[in-house]
Amino acid sequence: MPRQIRKWGPPLLLISPTLILLGVFVYGLLAVNANTSMQDIHNSSQANGKAPVSFVGLENYISLFGSDEFQHSLKNLVLYTVVFLAGTMFFGFVWAWLLDRPVRFEGVFRSIYLFPMAVSFVASGVVWRWLLNSNQGENASGLNRLFQMIGLPFLQNNWWNNVNVGIAAIAIPAIWQLSGYVMALFLAGFRGIPEELREASQIDGASNWQMYRHVIFPQLSPVALSAVIIVGHMSLKAFDLIMSISKPANYQTKVPAIDMYVFKSSFDYSNAAAVGAILLVIVAVLIIPYLVHLNRTEKHS
Amino acid sequence: MTTVTPAELTAPLGRPATPAAELTRSRFSKGRTAKYALLIFFTLLVLIPVYVLIVTSFKGLGDATPARAWNLPQVWTTENWSAAWTSLSPSLWRTFQMVIPAAIISSFLGSMNGFVLARWRFRGADIVFTLILFGMFIPYQAVMIPLLQLILGAGIPSGVPSLIILHVIYGLPITTLIFRNYYMSIPEELVEASRVDGAGMLRTYWSVVLPISIPSFVVVLIWQFTSAWNDFLFAVFFSSSQNGPVTLALNNLANGALLTNYGISMAGALLASLPTLLVYILLGKYFIGGLMSGSVKG
Repeated sequence: MPRQIRKWGPPLLLISPTLILLGVFVYGLLAVNANTSMQDIHNSSQANGKAPVSFVGLENYISLFGSDEFQHSLKNLVLYTVVFLAGTMFFGFVWAWLLDRPVRFEGVFRSIYLFPMAVSFVASGVVWRWLLNSNQGENASGLNRLFQMIGLPFLQNNWWNNVNVGIAAIAIPAIWQLSGYVMALFLAGFRGIPEELREASQIDGASNWQMYRHVIFPQLSPVALSAVIIVGHMSLKAFDLIMSISKPANYQTKVPAIDMYVFKSSFDYSNAAAVGAILLVIVAVLIIPYLVHLNRTEKHS
Repeated sequence: MTTVTPAELTAPLGRPATPAAELTRSRFSKGRTAKYALLIFFTLLVLIPVYVLIVTSFKGLGDATPARAWNLPQVWTTENWSAAWTSLSPSLWRTFQMVIPAAIISSFLGSMNGFVLARWRFRGADIVFTLILFGMFIPYQAVMIPLLQLILGAGIPSGVPSLIILHVIYGLPITTLIFRNYYMSIPEELVEASRVDGAGMLRTYWSVVLPISIPSFVVVLIWQFTSAWNDFLFAVFFSSSQNGPVTLALNNLANGALLTNYGISMAGALLASLPTLLVYILLGKYFIGGLMSGSVKG
């Protein structure tokens, strides 16, 4: 018995604070949240425990999925995610490719492309709200004014005030902030490819483009997968940028995370919890296979 | 071969100087011009918001008309900056009080976990690690309601105290991940030698592992500093403009009034970003280190 304690005691002592904290604050609270989402807490007296609460099963979920409002949020979330992913993958990949081979001032370019990541979404929201101002013609400022100045006035548009696709405009600042991160991932991927592979393909007489197309790019698919997962899961949680550029009440820019905040603000705890649980399921569908996959590849290596 | 010779630096795909190679070289140099043109174009694109922020923050009220939106200030004034400072300085101070303890505590806990998970192989270690990792991907919306009830019910004051606790707890997965990856890479012999000398796990951790962990600590501290500083979600749910961090105060400053004063908001946005930008500029190498070692994390 003392030997067992000597063997198991110290590591357990080191790791148990974390296990307890995460057990309670992640898994415990997820369970409580699931329970709350199946109750009928829809006003402040119920939220404060002054009025009775009852169990309603999946009723909140059914009414959420049945409402036009929430369907619109889900549609917005999909559109935002697609634009955000496409933009960050495009810029991130192109920038990394441009910087793959030694380039003068490489450090400067890299630092500039990456720096928006160090800024908060709220701070960048301040400037992007100005840039994405929907005024046009005489009153235009921001990007609409810039389009006039460079002779492309037809590019002027409503940005995030467009009811159907306005959310896509909010993805622009998100792309601005996260493309550098994707670049850093791809750059590490490029640099991780052994120099011999490039040399071999040159000896075989492959052109520069053929070398990239057939030798380098295929090696980058694990990096691309990581980038899609990371950016994708960030986009599902989109909240800060929308709060700072638009308003929570704006129909055209609402997504589930915003709905959750609005429900909470009106003490509709059960619907807030249900929206949270729906987000969790969406993220889990994306993340769990990825974590299992990572676990396997680590074991192989 | 990862080292770059001077020749490769000047001519990335240099070849023997045969006539055929001359041809390709001139094609490459055209390619190089295009490459630099693209790099500079993208640089300008990325810097557009920075130009707007700086220029607008130095404009007087009458100067900020749509017609002059992209012009330099007619008169450079610092009144926006002093107004923004007056409005944000209490929250800036509170943010430091929140971020520094949060970063230090979660780094130490992450280091202990990382060491155990990297060095102590037990059945189910991978599952435990995966369960910890999953904690950093969960949308916090899925725990927010019970979390509010728990924190309020425990009587923890809203604002800085609550936020420190939250940033420590929800920072644990990423700090654990970074340290675990680092400790997996240190040579087994180092830990073995200490064990042969009769040191137990705790002693090995304290006197052998901790001293060589300083680079990782820098990476993790910077990562935690930046993410806690930039957090807005927890700030909205667990603090108010009277006791909250600078992201919340900045958002109120920019979105509070009916008519936004962009000069003050933009000076405020720059003020609120200065600490993280300074860290990025001075310690950029470690910042990128954090990005890479935590490449499972967004």
